[in-house]
Amino acid sequence: MTDSLKIFTPSEAVFKGIKDAGIDFIVSVPCANLKELIPMVDEAPEMLHLPVTREEEGVGICAGAYMGGKKTAMLMQNSGLGNSINALASLNQLYNIPLLMIVSHRGVEGEPIVAQVPMGELTSKLLDTMEIPYFMPEKDVDPADLIVKAWNTAAEQKKPVAVLLPIPFWRKQA
Amino acid sequence: MKRIDAINEIAAKVKESGALLIGNIGIPCKEIHHVCDVPTNFYMLGSMGLASSIGLGLALARPDKKVVAIDGDGSILMNMGTLATIATQSPENYLLVIVDNGAYGSTGNQPTATSVVTDLAAVARGAGNKDVFEVSTPEELRDVLKSTDKGIIVAKAEPGNTDAPVIEMTPERIIKRFMEKSAL
Repeated sequence: MTDSLKIFTPSEAVFKGIKDAGIDFIVSVPCANLKELIPMVDEAPEMLHLPVTREEEGVGICAGAYMGGKKTAMLMQNSGLGNSINALASLNQLYNIPLLMIVSHRGVEGEPIVAQVPMGELTSKLLDTMEIPYFMPEKDVDPADLIVKAWNTAAEQKKPVAVLLPIPFWRKQA
Repeated sequence: MKRIDAINEIAAKVKESGALLIGNIGIPCKEIHHVCDVPTNFYMLGSMGLASSIGLGLALARPDKKVVAIDGDGSILMNMGTLATIATQSPENYLLVIVDNGAYGSTGNQPTATSVVTDLAAVARGAGNKDVFEVSTPEELRDVLKSTDKGIIVAKAEPGNTDAPVIEMTPERIIKRFMEKSAL
């Protein structure tokens, strides 16, 4: 089967987008929705992946990697946006450092855990306040293309950009 | 030993080895800038806690370059997970120097936990780092700097700042010249 005919799972589509965007340096903090994607990036020879202890730490590591010439992304849950705000503002936005944040957006439709709801509802508002562009899945838009578009925006505007992937997106996981 | 004495030793080493240098927020950055301002210094003006992380990312991205980060005890205490991540990656070209003066030196010398009970060298070893060095004089620091380009140095110091002036460069200028020069 050729790539153009193959049906991708959500994780495969995101992984394809990461590769198509030319991302070669990835940090991650896990989410249940990222459990298929994280091993994919870990095993990909064309990208360096390291698990980090906290998203803010990941923002710092990616900033250093960008300064060393890498195209960087962070796989994270939206709760980690709260852990990263100072760094995104006083490091990335201060020095014009791009970063692609691929975010499992919890606390939205279909969320079984009540504690996820407050940050789930705040996520887009926080991004708006911080003037961080974000992209969400759209009908008839290939998620891989969405990821590429998001990275291109980050690289052109030299700032952090988020892709918010909510619970229903991952439900299509095979 | 004061922080400035440690910075003088590190600046001499970096000048000789051509290492890329990441400087910690606040007075440490001003002192580095005052002692030896070169384009391959990156002055971290915000994001307290992340100097060691920026250094790690840079070292992993540029295995062909030596990278040194100067951090402080207050900053390491704010991002202690960094010691675990550095241990896990353990790049051959990354040296982290923690100037441990037991105080938040840029905000009025409020004491940190390392002035009471916390032993950062033990924490670094417990996190899995193999090359951890402890020094408390400029001579000891100089000797360790001569012998290694990798690992973590905890340099015990007394609190105290110099009156190094504010860095006048814009953040855009700091990163632009760093990336231009370090890319060569």
